[in-house]
Amino acid sequence: MKEVRLINIRGGRILDETTDVQGRLADIHIAGGVITEIVDTGSKLPKADIELDATNCFVSPGFVDLHVHLREPGREESETIETGSRAAALGGFTAVVAMPNTEPSQDSRIVVEFVRAQGVRAGLCEVLPSGCITVGRAGQALAPYGELRDAGVTLFTDDGNGVQDPLLMRRALEYARDLDITLAQHCEVSSLTVGAVMHEGSCCSHLGLPGWPAIAEELMVHRDIELVRLTGSRIHFLHLSTERSVEMVRRAKAEGLPITAEATPHHFTLTDEALRSFDPVFKVNPPLRTPSDIAALKEGLRDGTIDAIATDHAPHASHLKEQPLDQAPPGMLGLETALALSLTELKMDVQAVVAALSWKPARIAGVGDRHGRPVAVGESANLAIFDPTCEWVVDREVVASKSKNTPYHGRTVRGKVRHTVFSGQVVVRDGVAQR
Amino acid sequence: MKHLRSISELGVDGIVRILGLANHMAEVNRRPVPKVPALNGRTIVSLFFEDSTRTRISFETAAKRLSADTMTFSVSTSSVNKGESLKDTIETVSAMGVAAFVVRHKTSGVPWLLSEWTDASIINAGDGWHQHPTQALLDSFTIMSTLGRAPSSDCLQGLTIGIVGDIRHSRVARSDIQAFTALGAKVVVVAPRTLLPPEVEGWPVAISSSLDDVIGELDVLYMLRMQRERMSEALVPHLGEYSARYGLDDRRAKMLPEHALLMHPGPMNRGVEMLIDPASMPNNMITQQVANGVSVRMAVLFDVLGGAETGAGAVS
Repeated sequence: MKEVRLINIRGGRILDETTDVQGRLADIHIAGGVITEIVDTGSKLPKADIELDATNCFVSPGFVDLHVHLREPGREESETIETGSRAAALGGFTAVVAMPNTEPSQDSRIVVEFVRAQGVRAGLCEVLPSGCITVGRAGQALAPYGELRDAGVTLFTDDGNGVQDPLLMRRALEYARDLDITLAQHCEVSSLTVGAVMHEGSCCSHLGLPGWPAIAEELMVHRDIELVRLTGSRIHFLHLSTERSVEMVRRAKAEGLPITAEATPHHFTLTDEALRSFDPVFKVNPPLRTPSDIAALKEGLRDGTIDAIATDHAPHASHLKEQPLDQAPPGMLGLETALALSLTELKMDVQAVVAALSWKPARIAGVGDRHGRPVAVGESANLAIFDPTCEWVVDREVVASKSKNTPYHGRTVRGKVRHTVFSGQVVVRDGVAQR
Repeated sequence: MKHLRSISELGVDGIVRILGLANHMAEVNRRPVPKVPALNGRTIVSLFFEDSTRTRISFETAAKRLSADTMTFSVSTSSVNKGESLKDTIETVSAMGVAAFVVRHKTSGVPWLLSEWTDASIINAGDGWHQHPTQALLDSFTIMSTLGRAPSSDCLQGLTIGIVGDIRHSRVARSDIQAFTALGAKVVVVAPRTLLPPEVEGWPVAISSSLDDVIGELDVLYMLRMQRERMSEALVPHLGEYSARYGLDDRRAKMLPEHALLMHPGPMNRGVEMLIDPASMPNNMITQQVANGVSVRMAVLFDVLGGAETGAGAVS
């Protein structure tokens, strides 16, 4: 792709934190990666190399995904930073936080710098490597937060594992406090989930599958809220899945504790009943839960208890996923369907959905200086341009991800990203990745 | 019927149909030469990913009595040990021209996965804690025929059947409960809470934690095997306590109504759930269950592979 310096976006409605919920019709000129002019629709703009038609579209700040698995290094059969970045760009994301459960783990400067460099090389979105809370995500010793922060890491997590030891978690929070970094917890008391493949409830009882009880998440949410109260450090809760977790976070936030939380589209759109097919595409951690949990997650997103929509995009090659449920790894694709599922299912206004996809997670990720910004003159051009009413059918055969494990194959959804501008470059044009 | 994967998929009409066919097969088995040509030329492969001698032999005996060709895919000596995936295994064996697979696997749901990957029929011989439909059919057949009843959707009406032991991890219990209740029986499950499935309250059964409280009311006492591994999972304190609370000992044997049938899916853990010699019980059905297993599995194989083309007349 050759370097494009001048872009015009015409006919769209700007929707950002400063607009009202309807957005504001305007045309936009981008030069040198920066928004340089915003004029009334149809007014004269400078000449551009690329004209993007945004008729019927919102022009919003690009989305920020706090939770993706890009599998590189170590599991390139399932995804690479390039293929995952392409999926992100097609989903309207201009920044993604890469989870540290790579091989080797992201617990040293050399690995996080490799991940970041691969993201730059792909050039489709900003890849933000997270760091581990503990060395090798093994839950035994603290990872070198200072070294990793100096390499630009702001979010730390052992995602895939919760930090089991309360003493170690306390020390992690204490040590993190003065470094101005955020710890993100995967809440799962692992002794309660040995062998678990799905939500513990009537469905798992009927299917004879080992259950993952809600209490395994809730106990750790509760513990960490108390540790935040004790230490004064920040925490972010990854992929909350249960009604009581949402309620605990709501109360903790009301007390003013520095807590943020995310929910995934699959947790607010699918239930444990999907496992009746025994299709491992529906195995995910934490597991798909019940209609009352879905209702609680949606309410949490509406009232702001849950700050961000994050995908937990977890590609797995077919030969790994097409196995008996106990052997198939947990996880499902998310990047290319997140916006559509959120618009279709959440019954929130578009601005509130974009808030949860863009500026709120941008701040949690520590990139609020360049992502999730108002669409305004002088700002970096990281933009998602999407048609909120366009209906389309999810097709696993045409995903950009290297893997096909979407649980939504065949489902009709509403809302489609038309163009994505990342760092002043058109990386998606008319729904097609440009590199 | 293309597959037999679960009792609920079979439905009550299917259960009654199999019980009727099993009556025919039992008649075949009483002949001097218990063999018919019903499935001549069809190949049936036993695909056992979990050890089981009795169920495998029962199926293979059934297949041979219907003149099918049988092969055993033994996991311990196969390419599975060389890292071949389940999908590749079933596709490879299917390519050899297989009519049906009889499958046992330690993980619930494997028969459903396999039926996505092969055109052959799948007969579930036990998947995880989920289903063991032929066990439920042979248990139903055993109760029905012992009581001299004919196959019908209410042939277990009026009976109270107590299933005792590790319900949580039992595919036999899950299948039996579905079959027994579909045929009109009342089921009471008897176990400590730790050995009951989560949210068991939604099941169509009565629940008791005391065998002494219910044993006097039972028409059938169905004892489950108590696996020693459960001790390490903190599900019961120790085997002695389990035996004392849920084992069938002399005292409880006397509390059981005289007409009540004693059943067990085998293999029995003598000294754990079975503290008496079951042969001393007047209505010990355990050997009869094994014998009926062959007739019922013949009925299932015939229904899956031969029923549509030849009808039940082929075995008469």
